[in-house]
Amino acid sequence: MSADWPILSLTIWLPIIGGMLVLAGGDKAPNITRWLAVLVSVATFLVSLSLWSGFDPSTAQMQFVERAPWIEMFRIEYYLGVDGISMPLILLTTFITILVIIAGWEVIQFKPSQYMAAFLVMEGVMVGVFSALDAMLFYVFWEAMLIPMFLIIGIWGGPNRVYATIKFFLYTFLGSVFMLVALIYMYFKSGNMEILGFHGLKLDLTEQVLIFIAFLLAFAVKVPMWPVHTWLPDAHVEAPTGGSVILAAIMLKIGGYGFLRFSLPITPDASNELDGMIIAMSLIAVVYIGFVALVQQDMKKLIAYSSIAHMGFVTLGFFIVFIIMGRADVTGGAVLGIEGGMVQMISHGFISAAMFLCVGVLYDRVHSRMIKDYGGVVNTMPWFAAFMVFFAMSNAGLPGTSGFVGEFMVILASFRADFWFAFLAATTLIVGAAYTLWMVKRVVFGDVANHHVAELEDITKREVLVLGSLAVAVLVLGLWPAPLVEVMDATVRNLLAHVAVSKL
Amino acid sequence: MNFDTTTLIPVLPEIYLLTLASVVLLVDIMLRDDQRLLTYILAQAGLAAGLLLLLVLPGEGKTVVFSGHYVRDAMGDVLKIALFVTAIGAFLYSKDYLRARKLFKGEFYVLGLLALLGMSVMISANSFLSLYLGLELLALSLYAMVAFDRDSPAGSEAAMKYFILGAVASGMLLYGISMIYGATGSLIFGEVSKGVATADRLVLVFGLVFVVIGLAFKLGAVPFHMWVPDVYEGSPTATTLFIGSIPKIAAFAMAMRLLVDGLGGLHEDWQGMLIILAVLSMAVGNVFALAQGNIKRMLAYSTISHVGFLMLGVLSGTQAGYSSSMFYAIVYAIMALGAFGIVILLSREGFEADKLADLKGLNQRSPWFAAMMMLLMFSMAGVPPTVGFFAKLFVLQAVVGVSLTWLALVAVFFSIIGAFYYLRIVKLMYFDKPDTDVALEAGWDAKLGLSLNGLAILYFGMFPASLLSVCQVAFG
Repeated sequence: MSADWPILSLTIWLPIIGGMLVLAGGDKAPNITRWLAVLVSVATFLVSLSLWSGFDPSTAQMQFVERAPWIEMFRIEYYLGVDGISMPLILLTTFITILVIIAGWEVIQFKPSQYMAAFLVMEGVMVGVFSALDAMLFYVFWEAMLIPMFLIIGIWGGPNRVYATIKFFLYTFLGSVFMLVALIYMYFKSGNMEILGFHGLKLDLTEQVLIFIAFLLAFAVKVPMWPVHTWLPDAHVEAPTGGSVILAAIMLKIGGYGFLRFSLPITPDASNELDGMIIAMSLIAVVYIGFVALVQQDMKKLIAYSSIAHMGFVTLGFFIVFIIMGRADVTGGAVLGIEGGMVQMISHGFISAAMFLCVGVLYDRVHSRMIKDYGGVVNTMPWFAAFMVFFAMSNAGLPGTSGFVGEFMVILASFRADFWFAFLAATTLIVGAAYTLWMVKRVVFGDVANHHVAELEDITKREVLVLGSLAVAVLVLGLWPAPLVEVMDATVRNLLAHVAVSKL
Repeated sequence: MNFDTTTLIPVLPEIYLLTLASVVLLVDIMLRDDQRLLTYILAQAGLAAGLLLLLVLPGEGKTVVFSGHYVRDAMGDVLKIALFVTAIGAFLYSKDYLRARKLFKGEFYVLGLLALLGMSVMISANSFLSLYLGLELLALSLYAMVAFDRDSPAGSEAAMKYFILGAVASGMLLYGISMIYGATGSLIFGEVSKGVATADRLVLVFGLVFVVIGLAFKLGAVPFHMWVPDVYEGSPTATTLFIGSIPKIAAFAMAMRLLVDGLGGLHEDWQGMLIILAVLSMAVGNVFALAQGNIKRMLAYSTISHVGFLMLGVLSGTQAGYSSSMFYAIVYAIMALGAFGIVILLSREGFEADKLADLKGLNQRSPWFAAMMMLLMFSMAGVPPTVGFFAKLFVLQAVVGVSLTWLALVAVFFSIIGAFYYLRIVKLMYFDKPDTDVALEAGWDAKLGLSLNGLAILYFGMFPASLLSVCQVAFG
């Protein structure tokens, strides 16, 4: 594909328009609808691959830039572009969406066209979030994302879905409207809505702190950070498998991305001032939520809490840099922190998706998510058990899997900042192993617990395809993370150089 | 003054509306009951022709005629076009409803057209006198429309309430006007605004308070909102549709003419008053809407909260603020039209569909109209990519632009509360099972109109610049 194609626009609008087509197709011929949806998602993924192949990792400049006036009176633009931080996340989005669509093939019998369309539209919107360089465009995508997810949880979710989805919507809406006010405020400071322009904006400390808090409300809810994480277990438990996958694999990453794109570069001094708070919140997420995960009876809830703990690493890695940069005797640790957080985000995207899909496989057969309803699954589903054990190991951070790389990088960076931070963060290797492996022990191993388990049939080819491709991704990223790190290196260094300069 | 017929050209829309109303009235007398459709077609065709007239009528800058009592300007032109478009929509949606309830009478259209004339006069008023004339013509037509189903006790009660409270409000307004007239010695807005600088401030502010109260009554702003839910609930839905959407455009014009054109010099004084009204309206409107089980009442409280938002732009006192409020008023009229249109679509003979529960499972009965209603609800809640988001965004921008950031924070806070009851509608339509599987009864014309209405919400949400530029031109 030639370089002057509007690749980002294609990646955004192809799935949205494809989703509309799927919707228009209706449910009269569900198989055609499904094939069309898969076709659209695969085509989108192929288009997005050219972002990787055409990407120049040596520069921190925005690439694949597209710019057109949108609302000229307020200097709001349709302004897209990617750098080393956003490009991998876009690929993650397009990759996971294919799997979600395939995974929903048979399970979703109620209005499959609406289901597929919702995921396709959401794919486009999420790519939009990652590639928007105009703050208002970003915000539009950011909020628009809520609508399909609200419907997905509400229509295809579990028994308590209405409570969960309204809680999800209002929580995230609450977080983001304050960000909107902050963006408008900065618009009047800088005269336009360019995010990159906001980066260079001079702001005094009070302004920075207030803007930082507004951003924190939006992003912390999305990540989610302790103590605003309570919507996540509810949303995950009630969402259909596909919804949980997208939620955990991509939507949470949008919060982390927000910190890198907005909080750190726009309010560096406030971030520096308040980094202790964020680090404390991250460590609480890692340690305390880890223990909370340990006592869960519901597999989806357990993975949801484990997601919160893992995302704690991400925010820890992002904010530890301020302590490292404050100490003159260490260099390089800051880069490691942010890159570790980024690797953790991508890796968690694969692993959490895989874990939710594994639970989905069991749920489709037994219609229970409770750990106590299982036992000895390995006897009836050996292939599945192999996958599940593998993903559980990577969730626990086994070296050789992607789960290890990110956590290890962040822990290393934490050592440069403070031994005790690293110590607390490292407890996750124990607690994480405890809750994941204990769950696997109870579900997969042991004697066949009941007749449901005895009647289980092993995974189908379609499920092997989905889980297998995730397993490959986890292994590749675990054994050879260098390409990913290289892609983002220039951008991260540039970001840190920018953050190191006070705006006061 | 020598009478010159060219001075009539700017007034053509009003003359045309009056003629149309008279023609419809006369023709209707000749028709038998089974020929009422002709009245409807005549009214609609007349409105469409009027719309064309507005579009082709030349107009540059500002023309003041009738000894300064009447003004034609860009803002007026845009608002009148919006008026005509929404009126065509309102007549379209209400046709089937009126027919099914044996209310399909020519008077509905005559009254509607006269109300439209009143609003048109308000929009172009350049003096307290002409503004008041327009306002009363509008109000009297609406009183009658509320009681249009004369056998309905609820309708009569609502009309009575509306009439009494409306009369009190008009009294307040007149009292305030008389104060201001006393202080400045003129009724013409232009001269009033000149006189403000030198007049006795105490009397002026005293008069201003009453003018603002009268205005707040008409807008339905808290604490002068009591009539809104009762009137919305008691009226036939066709009338609710009319009252709930179109007069908001005129009310915005009234606020602009009175406060900006006339009393712009007292901006600091009325800004404070409007802030109180706006905050209260957003708070009360959004919180009370949560507790409603009747969709008409819920939309009534939702209107109140939207009025609060609309006032934010006006009170900012900047050109950008005025155009953002104008954008908001027009967008709100389109949204309200669509929402009540869906309520009408769901109702059928002997069934009003005014309970929230009547929306249950709409997605299974009609995915298309469920999607339209969903767009409308997300738009009212202010979620992108619908136009309601941009309406809120521009208003918030105007407020932040005059360093009232705290007010923007209050506004977004209440819009979160507001999001809940709009989401509840989506929940009912999409997550619940239908109680009935009766097919939706509506003509192709209403269905087409509603589809266009819903898609317009999306279109203007993706390309808000088209509508916004029109609103900005209106303010130079």
